[in-house]
Amino acid sequence: MNLIQKGIAGTLESSDILVIVNPQAGGGVQLSIQSKVEKQFGATIRRVIVEKLEALGVTDVVVDVKDQGALDCVIAARVQAAVYRAAGVDKVNYEVLS
Amino acid sequence: MLSNSYIYLPDSVMFDLEDAVSIAEKDTARLLVYNTLKAKIYGDIETVVRINGVDTPFWEADLEMAVRGGAEVIRLPKTENVNEVKELEIKIGKIEKECGREFGSTKIITAIESASGVVNAVGIAACSSRMVAIALAGFDYLVDMQTERSSGTEPELFFARATVLHAARAAKIDAFDVAYGNVNDEEGFMREVNIAKNLGFNGKSLIHPRQIELLHKAYQPTQPELDHARKVIEAAKTAEEKGLGVVSLNGKMIDPPVIQAAQRVILLADYS
Repeated sequence: MNLIQKGIAGTLESSDILVIVNPQAGGGVQLSIQSKVEKQFGATIRRVIVEKLEALGVTDVVVDVKDQGALDCVIAARVQAAVYRAAGVDKVNYEVLS
Repeated sequence: MLSNSYIYLPDSVMFDLEDAVSIAEKDTARLLVYNTLKAKIYGDIETVVRINGVDTPFWEADLEMAVRGGAEVIRLPKTENVNEVKELEIKIGKIEKECGREFGSTKIITAIESASGVVNAVGIAACSSRMVAIALAGFDYLVDMQTERSSGTEPELFFARATVLHAARAAKIDAFDVAYGNVNDEEGFMREVNIAKNLGFNGKSLIHPRQIELLHKAYQPTQPELDHARKVIEAAKTAEEKGLGVVSLNGKMIDPPVIQAAQRVILLADYS
């Protein structure tokens, strides 16, 4: 998926996560995580984000997240929404999300 | 709430894509619901998705997500007529085939929220094998009727309740009463629960976790009711074994309607 602009999804409310993605041509995936549960779940949050980016075919992106204790399914949804918004694509391809 | 409402032990959990979601967040709400459904964190609790109405530009994308995500039931708001349900039914079938989901596995609840919907309720309730329930939604209905909610016996809702309930019973599906919006008014909530229960509704749509236990308790049979129901079933079983057509219990005839009522009491006790 080709990112053409900044994409933001999520909130700073408890149990949510704010995800901001920015395209960076040829720069690979650069990930920055702020989380109140980073010590316990930082690796899991990172894994979920990377998996979802790979599934969507996003290879060159800067991702900043502020996690408020979101479950994996919420992290996944916010990453996907931010990417779709950054790509300017409205129609979701659920085949690649599964 | 999206990811932890199962802890309140509701019978169903309904994810709202309609009024609770701003137009700017419809896209993110769909993805949240999709991933939550896929995570299967709700176990045996029935999952329902309230999509946007068929008169909006959102309903088809909502439906695509919900059926592919595995929602057990689609709730169609503001249902006015049979054609809308037929259109929904065709679209659901198409998505089920495309994504490999068992054809017919996605069920429908229609919400009646207008005078037209009430007038057409009998046809709506019976128009699809996917229909499992019909619900009355009071807020929009009362605006359409140019009146407002009163306290007490709520005459303004009586015709709609009676009509929707009869439509459900004729179609052999469930009927759910209106949601009660004032979550801090326990007395008013219980007054309305009793009206709905006495009329014959299967339950109510709820909008706050604190209403769940209150509703369950109201529908829970009392111990004497449960004891009597068990005696009725036992007496009926004995009569059947002895080849008797009719039997009496404490001087009262036990016939099929009495047995059915006893079975319902036991069923409610199991679910409460």
